[in-house]
Amino acid sequence: MVETMDQIFVTSKHWLVGLLPTQCQPVFSVILSVAAIVITFATLFAITTLLERKGLGRIQNRYGPNRVGPYGIFQPIADGLKALTKEDVVPRTADKVVHYLAPLALVVPVFLALAVVPVGRNMAALDVDAGVLFFFAVGAATELSVFMAGWSSRNKYSLLGAMRAIAQMISYEVPLILSAVTVIMAAGSLSAVKIVEAQAGYWGIIPRWYVLTPWGMAGFILFMIAATAESNRSPFDLPEGESELIAGYYTEYSGFKFALFFLGEYLGLFAVSGLGITLFLGGWHAPLASLGWIPSWMWFFAKLLVFIAAFIWVRGTLPRLRLDQLMSFAWRLMLPMALTNILAAGAWRFMPAGITRWIGCSLLVAVPYVLFAGALAGRKPLVKREYKYAD
Amino acid sequence: MSAPLLGGGIIKGLAETARNFVGSYVKKDRLVTVQYPEERLPQKEAARNFPFLVYDGEDWQKGLRCVACQICEKECPPQCIYIVKDTVRKPDYVGKLQFQPKVFDIDTSVCMSCQICVEVCPFDAIKMDVQYELSTSDRFDGLLLRKGQLAKSNDYYRKIHPVEAAEVDGRFSAEKAKAAAKAKATAAAKPASMPAAAPAPALAHSG
Repeated sequence: MVETMDQIFVTSKHWLVGLLPTQCQPVFSVILSVAAIVITFATLFAITTLLERKGLGRIQNRYGPNRVGPYGIFQPIADGLKALTKEDVVPRTADKVVHYLAPLALVVPVFLALAVVPVGRNMAALDVDAGVLFFFAVGAATELSVFMAGWSSRNKYSLLGAMRAIAQMISYEVPLILSAVTVIMAAGSLSAVKIVEAQAGYWGIIPRWYVLTPWGMAGFILFMIAATAESNRSPFDLPEGESELIAGYYTEYSGFKFALFFLGEYLGLFAVSGLGITLFLGGWHAPLASLGWIPSWMWFFAKLLVFIAAFIWVRGTLPRLRLDQLMSFAWRLMLPMALTNILAAGAWRFMPAGITRWIGCSLLVAVPYVLFAGALAGRKPLVKREYKYAD
Repeated sequence: MSAPLLGGGIIKGLAETARNFVGSYVKKDRLVTVQYPEERLPQKEAARNFPFLVYDGEDWQKGLRCVACQICEKECPPQCIYIVKDTVRKPDYVGKLQFQPKVFDIDTSVCMSCQICVEVCPFDAIKMDVQYELSTSDRFDGLLLRKGQLAKSNDYYRKIHPVEAAEVDGRFSAEKAKAAAKAKATAAAKPASMPAAAPAPALAHSG
């Protein structure tokens, strides 16, 4: 029974594919996998928009949307209908082809990235040997779409927003990948499925997840901060800082193209959260051996929902960063921390297991943090500016 | 390193928002939003938005206090009042002959709720209403209020602005008493050659 529930999607897919003649089977198998990904994550997107508005409302002591249906649960449907029925305005001077392609160039790579994330046992749509590499490669393609949108709109706010977005995404791509490198070192594989398998089993009752090691914890935090910045979420949502840039590279988008951007952004969030779960939180593994009877895909989505809740929480808490703060945070704290974290992961690999390894690796993470954070925070005190030529 | 370690403030902030999140489910008084169409806040005494015409008695066509003097029309800064004076005097609700407005329109799409019309009216005929749900699908005729829509009873005025209405009523009854006393005095001064002249029952506003 446990086994059946765990593999229900896999077996039903095999059964469905088996109904067709042999030569159609590979194509149909691919179509089924793609349809499953598109439907699941698009539904999750709809749920997340509602949860986000509700959660942010509660954080601000409001109700959030509560008009469409009981407790506002049909709000995503209303939003979708609104986006579909709105006029699609394209600026007269816009580069029409690029303007049209930009939202697609965001959504397609994000779906591709989602394909390599194992959402359950035997449930990675695309199990490639270099899955993590593939993920980062297609993930980087979203930057192209952002710049396509900003450039083709022929609008100064769009362009400024896109340039900010590019600067931010390239800066944070570095710590994102470097913090993932530790896991690749420990697992000895670039395959997402193998990385999850490497985290199977338990030390006593504690799961063998990478997040429960000093370097894993540090890597996880670095990864999540970088993931927040990569998916342009608050507090790193400068590219669409409405106080200074209207809506950044979205400015000239309306109707369904805007909805596609919105979808792409959230799917990117799910994809990068899914990768974070895969790399650090044991993928679809249960946190306790006694909870192993719950299907693996449920664990994956439970973890994903926790991630989404955390993102909403952070969004409700932090104000937007300034651009120089964003950049100095990336290059002066995140990057050196990611590099020293690789050192800590290496030390963990070669030190004998025991309390000394724990203390040693923790120090290798904590001491650089104190130093780098101190260097970042301990700037020169603010002094009254002297104007030499103005008077 | 005198400053607290980087990240401490974030933890503090997260705790605060978590307190709000949980608190909004536990304590109802945290949620200050008034769920508007279902529940409303009681209106303040000073609430006002667009003007209306006050009438006395039962029949609005007879009881309008407005005598079509057109002062408000002239004073209105955005010129949103349009009055056509009637050519003949008609008996009002107590039978006294008065000029009445044949047409009295206020274009609420133009009105800026400045209340100048109310302040200049010597007859206390135009007052500010509190009705705010005026949305309509027709922005021309729907927002142009005619005489019939503008006329509202003195009872309504007392209900929406009790203090002001009491002041106006008091002033009117004082004037009435003064006029009655004057009429009495003139009646007394005249010799009895004109006996039992009716003691002017029609003295203005009974309120």
